[in-house]
Amino acid sequence: MEILVCVRRVPDTSENEIQLNSAGNDIERDDLVYSINEPDNYAVEEALQIVTRVGGNVTVATVGGEDDEEVLRREMAMGANHGVLITDDAFTGSDGRGIATILKAFVQKGSYDLILTGVQAEDGGAQVGGMLAALLDYPFASLVNSIALLDGKKLKISREIEGGNKEISEIDLPCVLSIQTGINEPRYVGMKGIRQVAAIPIPTFGISNLGLEPSAVGETAAKVKRVDYFVPALGKGAEILQGSREENIDKVLELVAAKGGLK
Amino acid sequence: MESIYSAAQVTSWLVTGRVLFLLIDLLGVACFSYIVAKRLVPLVRANPDLRFDRPLLRLEKVLKFWLAQWKQPRYLLAGVLHIVLFAGFLLLLVHSFSLIVIGIFNHFVMPGFSGRLGGIYNVLTDYAATLVFLSVVVAAIRRMVFKPARYAVPEKYGKDHMPEAIFILALIATLMVADSLFAASKVAAESQLGQPIESLAAFSLPWILNNALIVFPLRTLHGFYVGAYVVHDLAFFVLLCFLPLGKHFHVITSFFNVYFAKLERGTLKPVRWGVSDDHLDQVKSFGVKTFGDFTWKHILDFYSCADCGRCSDNCPANAVGRPLSPRFITLKARNYAFEHCPIYGTAHDGTPLVGSKESGSIYSEDEIWSCTTCGACEEECPLLQEYIDKIVDLRRGMIDEGNVPQSLQKPLKALESRGNPYGKMEKKKADWTKAKDFQQTCNVKIVDGKNGADTLYFVDSITSYDDRMQSIGRATAKILTHVGENFGILGAAEKDSGHEVRRFGEETLFMALRDHNVEAIKKSGVKKIVTADPHAYNALKHDYKDVPPVEHISQVIAKEVKAGKIQFNPVENKNSVYTYHDPCYLGRHNQVYDDPRNVLDAIPGLKRVEMTRSRDRSFCCGGGGLMLFYEPKEDQRMGVKRVQMAAEAGANVIVTACPFCMVNIEDAIKVAGMEGKMTAIDLAELVDQQITRESQKVV
Repeated sequence: MEILVCVRRVPDTSENEIQLNSAGNDIERDDLVYSINEPDNYAVEEALQIVTRVGGNVTVATVGGEDDEEVLRREMAMGANHGVLITDDAFTGSDGRGIATILKAFVQKGSYDLILTGVQAEDGGAQVGGMLAALLDYPFASLVNSIALLDGKKLKISREIEGGNKEISEIDLPCVLSIQTGINEPRYVGMKGIRQVAAIPIPTFGISNLGLEPSAVGETAAKVKRVDYFVPALGKGAEILQGSREENIDKVLELVAAKGGLK
Repeated sequence: MESIYSAAQVTSWLVTGRVLFLLIDLLGVACFSYIVAKRLVPLVRANPDLRFDRPLLRLEKVLKFWLAQWKQPRYLLAGVLHIVLFAGFLLLLVHSFSLIVIGIFNHFVMPGFSGRLGGIYNVLTDYAATLVFLSVVVAAIRRMVFKPARYAVPEKYGKDHMPEAIFILALIATLMVADSLFAASKVAAESQLGQPIESLAAFSLPWILNNALIVFPLRTLHGFYVGAYVVHDLAFFVLLCFLPLGKHFHVITSFFNVYFAKLERGTLKPVRWGVSDDHLDQVKSFGVKTFGDFTWKHILDFYSCADCGRCSDNCPANAVGRPLSPRFITLKARNYAFEHCPIYGTAHDGTPLVGSKESGSIYSEDEIWSCTTCGACEEECPLLQEYIDKIVDLRRGMIDEGNVPQSLQKPLKALESRGNPYGKMEKKKADWTKAKDFQQTCNVKIVDGKNGADTLYFVDSITSYDDRMQSIGRATAKILTHVGENFGILGAAEKDSGHEVRRFGEETLFMALRDHNVEAIKKSGVKKIVTADPHAYNALKHDYKDVPPVEHISQVIAKEVKAGKIQFNPVENKNSVYTYHDPCYLGRHNQVYDDPRNVLDAIPGLKRVEMTRSRDRSFCCGGGGLMLFYEPKEDQRMGVKRVQMAAEAGANVIVTACPFCMVNIEDAIKVAGMEGKMTAIDLAELVDQQITRESQKVV
């Protein structure tokens, strides 16, 4: 099975202190460290597990710049067979639909049975997967947390619904799935692994390779534009229970029950 | 009958004793050689291990730990029994060999053992056989009646090992009795014939048997004499061939195991012996994944384990119900070796050692991650087995396969991108020095090209970033200031020492952290390093090369107390009873036991008690570095057990000298519900609090 996983490099939320810049229109980007968008990492792991079972290849692709090569190498160190960097100055400022348009053009250059994305980018809005499917006219399922191969043409997938229950669906191939974290346990990639793939050339695709019109992508085509960032005002603090231990326990139980936490 | 026939001369069914015994002996030796040769196969195929250096130092180890059985008396009864058995075996060695040869050449005497010396030797062996026999009886009673808990085999590890133990004890007892009976019946017969007799050692087993036999007719005595010989000869070769089949292989291998034992504490084996760091890229696979990846010495360790259970009896992971028992790390590997490199048939290896039981793996992932590398098992092992290197090698294999718990992946990733496991920003590394009231009294400079210093205070991640542990950093800085040390810190240029990164098997990441720090230290131009973190201390001392000498703050304080530069005010709270908890990487791994205690004892009015488990038997607090992120499966926290031990000793203040011990012990005090009854304080904090400063001296 040929699987494409669309990945993205994002500021690592656990290793950065995200602050607004002085202009207030972006976050402070000096001194940030980046890593692979976490749900994307789960998607790559899932793709690797599928090809281990049924054979095939995993390709990881990202739309971005030179710096983004780092996440492709990390996923290749994990086991992905190919990495592709889709980059062009004309892509700068694309909105979600713009990115989906670029990816659609890339998908049509190859032949993939299954396309995976992370459920959402940590700095994004969970748009691209669905739009990519629509543009390709492929079936789409979101929030997927398990995948089983039914035959060569169908997948059995599930997503978590309220209360921890699972909803099971069948979906025809080729399709696009957005993958939820927790679907698997991604393998560790150490420095040794990354070093071993350091010399493998990563092909790049630009606007001309993909046959896209400059007007269809980038800032000019974007219909969603970020205008501002703001930090919400601090709300009321937590309620501190002031009583004996027994009283507090009773109060906590009462509060949890009132919120529907106890049945 | 004028004299008794020797066993060699006896003829039965037309076969003379001489021929029969020659046949038994040849068969026995051939069988033994074949088994040992088969056992050597995995060793020959194993990875290299460079241990042929420093022969004198190694011989010294052999004298101390093999010949003098140095570790044995740590368990008194078992130890004394073993020393008697071991000494007895050594004494009887020549005697047994002569006895075997007598079956073929009936007048054989080992050269040098005739005449007076021979007489003395015979008396000694009479007693040796007696003592060995008695020890075997006591050992059997101990095994069968008193059943020491450490010999028990938990269900998940298979069947009890008692049958093998009893079988061997019975064989040894048979040998001793047969040997004694042989001598006794000969003397009894000779005295009946009125011939000159060799005297038997009074009250020895042969002497007692002789007195019992004297009433029997000559014919019967002759029967005993030849029968005892046959039994001895058979038992000898059965025992010899049985040794390499189980835990008694140590009788043969222990000498070599001790000779080739590790010489340096606190160190780790390289990824591959003989491959330098610069060439590690050429090593395709890191660590131990299959049995054949072990080094020959590690396989020799497996062969040499005597199954005494002392390692697991001292293992903190085992004590709190984590799925790790060092004893079975060894025994499972030995069983694997015996099964996959069998006496009959061809060797078949290749099963991953770590994984699911169903797929044939012998270790579980949690088992291998459960080890805190505290070193209690290695400290206890009478045969000087190594565990940490094997655990780390297995972890290296798991890291290489990407097989790492999610709980550890985050901190490892953060170490890679930020140089600390918390993912904190580098520029905030020195923020602990900026606390308001601290900065007014103690200015900590950052050593770089402009600001030079003689001494580097290596702070490490936890003390730099953890709010609670920053207090240890500030106390350390104040002490260094008090003694007039010209010191500084690296600040943002200091990355994690990588001590646990290495011990969790991530060698490549460790090397990157180490190389960065070594360069920063060299650039700073300092002449020595001080740290208050035993893990950083161990890394700088053993894992780093070409850095200035390093001291732990407790060593600095002890020196300055002795020199009179540090004096203390008396302890204010008269109800405080202190106990010192030895951090593993200060105590066991680096033998710093006395300095912290001397410092405590120099504080006037300080009452100090020792916990039962102290010094080299200290009980790990739960582990440092990445171990704080790992979520072990356990019944209880190690720290809770440790806090209870302190309470049992009658202490209400635990003094330690390691920030990780502080995390674990303070948490444990809360978990154990002992808040208000027990407190923990770092040695540096206590010293800082009690130190007599100039202003106070005037008053």
